[in-house]
Amino acid sequence: MKVTIDGQSIEVEPGTTILQAARMIGGESVPPAMCYYSKLKGSGGKCRCCLVEVAKGSDADPRPMPKLMASCVTGCMDGMEVNSTASERVQDARKSVTEFLLINHPLDCPVCDQAGECDLQNLSFKHGKSQTRYIEEKRTFEPENIGPNIQLHMNRCILCYRCVMVADQLTDNRVHGVMDRGDHSNISTCISKAIDNEFSGNMIDVCPVGALTDKTFRFKSRVWFNKPFNAHRECTTPGCCGKTTVWMFGGEIQRVTGRKDEYHEVENFICNTCRFDKKEVSDWTIEGPRKFEKDSVINQNNYTRKLDTVVIETEEGILKGREEDRKKISMPAVPLDREENAVFKNGNV
Amino acid sequence: MSQKILLDKINVPGIKTYEVYRREGGYASVEKALKTLTPDEVVEEVKTSGLRGRGGAGFPAGMKWSFIDKKSGKPRHLVCNADESEPGTFKDRFLMEYIPHLLIEGMITSSYALGANLSYIYIRGEYMWVYKILERAIAEAKAAGWLGKNILGSGYDLELYVQIGGGAYICGEETALIESLEGKRGNPRIKPPFPAVSGLWANPTVVNNVETIAAVPWIVNNSGADYAKIGIGRSTGTKLISASGHIKNPGVYEIELGLSVHEFMNSDEYLGGMIDDRPLKAFVPGGSSVPVLPANLIYKTANGEDRLMTYESLSDGGFATGSMLGSGGFIVYNDTACIVRNTWNFSRFYHHESCGQCSPCREGTGWLEKVLHRIENGHGREEDIELLWSIQSRIEGNTICPLGDAAAWPVAAAIRHFKEEFEYHIRFPEKIKNRDHFVAEPFEKVRHLVAKQTV
Amino acid sequence: MERTHHTQEINITEALMTRINELISHYPEDKRKSALLPVLHEVQDAHDNWLSIELQDKVAEILHIKPVEVYEVVSFYTMFNRRPIGKYMFEFCQTSPCCLRGVENLMDYTCEKLGVKVGEPTQDGMFEVRGVECLGACGYAPMMQLGDFYQEHLTPEKIDQLIVDCRDNKITLHDK
Repeated sequence: MKVTIDGQSIEVEPGTTILQAARMIGGESVPPAMCYYSKLKGSGGKCRCCLVEVAKGSDADPRPMPKLMASCVTGCMDGMEVNSTASERVQDARKSVTEFLLINHPLDCPVCDQAGECDLQNLSFKHGKSQTRYIEEKRTFEPENIGPNIQLHMNRCILCYRCVMVADQLTDNRVHGVMDRGDHSNISTCISKAIDNEFSGNMIDVCPVGALTDKTFRFKSRVWFNKPFNAHRECTTPGCCGKTTVWMFGGEIQRVTGRKDEYHEVENFICNTCRFDKKEVSDWTIEGPRKFEKDSVINQNNYTRKLDTVVIETEEGILKGREEDRKKISMPAVPLDREENAVFKNGNV
Repeated sequence: MSQKILLDKINVPGIKTYEVYRREGGYASVEKALKTLTPDEVVEEVKTSGLRGRGGAGFPAGMKWSFIDKKSGKPRHLVCNADESEPGTFKDRFLMEYIPHLLIEGMITSSYALGANLSYIYIRGEYMWVYKILERAIAEAKAAGWLGKNILGSGYDLELYVQIGGGAYICGEETALIESLEGKRGNPRIKPPFPAVSGLWANPTVVNNVETIAAVPWIVNNSGADYAKIGIGRSTGTKLISASGHIKNPGVYEIELGLSVHEFMNSDEYLGGMIDDRPLKAFVPGGSSVPVLPANLIYKTANGEDRLMTYESLSDGGFATGSMLGSGGFIVYNDTACIVRNTWNFSRFYHHESCGQCSPCREGTGWLEKVLHRIENGHGREEDIELLWSIQSRIEGNTICPLGDAAAWPVAAAIRHFKEEFEYHIRFPEKIKNRDHFVAEPFEKVRHLVAKQTV
Repeated sequence: MERTHHTQEINITEALMTRINELISHYPEDKRKSALLPVLHEVQDAHDNWLSIELQDKVAEILHIKPVEVYEVVSFYTMFNRRPIGKYMFEFCQTSPCCLRGVENLMDYTCEKLGVKVGEPTQDGMFEVRGVECLGACGYAPMMQLGDFYQEHLTPEKIDQLIVDCRDNKITLHDK
């Protein structure tokens, strides 16, 4: 089957989606995707970032499709012609979706661990505006503690459903899901239960924003001060390949993640032992430095520059944030009292 | 008197019960279909009738039936959409409450046409007492041999159940309804695949509105051609209209498509005119999601032709000067009504009912409501009108299901036809403090305050 | 997310279990989950019109599904209550067609009469006033839902009478 995207043609197998075809072509025509994840069955179609214009349906039925189509869930047809980045209508739609995703977002990148590797940051860098038209009060959620390894910041969530699919598809006992509905939909366990199984940490890797971050790495470093290395170990957890990226600061492993490709998808899911418990250099066979995109934020800390220590000369208050914001928006590190602690440990069942 | 197809027998005492319904000729279509027609012949009759989906979209029912996948060999299902929730619409409830066996008869005949052996009626949770009425009626029908194994010795088996919803407008969207029927959150599915190929439990499924299915017995008893003789052009047959608002006789009416809007509004057989001497200001012909029209576009189209109660005439002029027949939810406003308040109210509804799955609808409906709420409460800014226009245009067409469009259209239409009223709210906040602000001083009296000066 | 924790006595009677099993029988054997919404209604009706986490867990057990699948559904639909509510819940439809017929004034009247705000039960737990979205009775406005039934063409006098009838235990909430 032949499909043409922004004037570039490619032969694809039946069943290929427009987004997959665009990724095969590569470059500027690849639509952004916030919810689609090739390794998660049933993902996609929700964020609407990847909308494209189908100017010609197929050779058999050349009529254009009246609405913009979500490229991640629309299959290619033989002779299909698609306008992606080249179409003004598509560009407008991407701007629209970016605006919608940002109106209720706390915009707390300065205190967010995801900053620097955040798909929403990238999306707004490309399609967002520096000024907002939204003057209403932003939506906020009560913080929920979901265990010792994963930090949930619901205010940052864009409801991609990826973490729910990870729990459904990688484990046999999902304890969290999407609660409530409409703009109050939220990721929650409903009972403040710890999300605890050997593969739960992958929720962090698939999260496109800073809604799920690694508690063992929390506020340790900005990601661009870390150097990523490919590493592996003989992992005994069934289903874990033991192949990871370790993020180092000097001689210290500060964080372990799955190995991510250019679309920020992990190549293989890894277990929590590898992710959270193996932070010694001696735990790993280090293969060598990872490649990263030339114009990515990670490149700030490129390997050619000598960098021993980092001094951030700024007021203490900026890093800490205002007390009310810490409570409300992003840093719900309010200590639990005894009763809450017990509920959190055992669930309140 | 015009012809009645659905409500013909509605005034017969006891028509709610199986005995009376049967005595009045009920279930004849099942006998006729099972004994004398093949399933495909029933589908053909419905195709010939030109019957269009009565839930709002108006898609030809026979064509929808013909799409059902019969090749895969998977079990097929017919699901009746009784999740009536569109503001302004209450016709299905009327049918189910007062003549429940008509729907059940339609379900049996239609299920036979589709080769479905397990069918469901999905009714909204709030219609709990109607759910009980249907449960009892199904039990009566089953006891009388119209359901179960080998119906009338034809070899055709059918089980029919009614399933209750939990309170969610979005479950009226057919794939959300299917999800809900599977015991899940009512999140619409991404299409394709369409339900005709992969619907309930991934089996081929047809979802039809109550009124659509209730029209099938008449079509089978008479003929598709007879049905097509009623109405005008592609708007064949009769339609139930739910009428509400500032009119003398609110309620459910069966009309022949093609009746003029003027006659429907003013004749004593139907709405009987306005509720009092306050003049007509606006109307919504097809439920809250379709565009509102101002007084000058109600009885006549922009070309000066009579506006008729048909799919085509009500949408004449496109969204610039027309609207849609939709679900037939006919809401009438006199000059005490405030269009801004009404638009805010509808936006609150869509905000409340958005499932939250896709970003434009989840974020956009809430934004629309908040801006409209500000304007209605005297905190509007001049740029807000343009902002509203922009938000609605960014939701429309970019969402998974039509709820996004349904939320966008009323806002667009209100701004298109009643922009001055928005300006008035923004410029004279002290005049709109009271929520009944147009009761004492209708907009016509203050229009000059915002009217463009012509030199 | 529910922070406050209320306790509820769970009592799945034999009659209730028979009804639940009947509902489950409406679906193919491997599709028990489909019975979730009807079962939740039945269970809620039998437990003072609300569903505690424990009760939701019980439903999950009966339907052989994960508790979270029940929580997700319960929190999505408006008719399932996750906290104790007033015994007589006056759910006024406040969507536009009802507003045109004066439901807003009527809600104010009712709240004043009962001495409550919208969404707060009376101190004795007898009454609660809520505003809900379109109930599909626009032609019979103003109206409200009380238990399984609709009260239509409401007036202040009818409200007064309803309150009296509720206090006198003359109102049937569920059609069983």
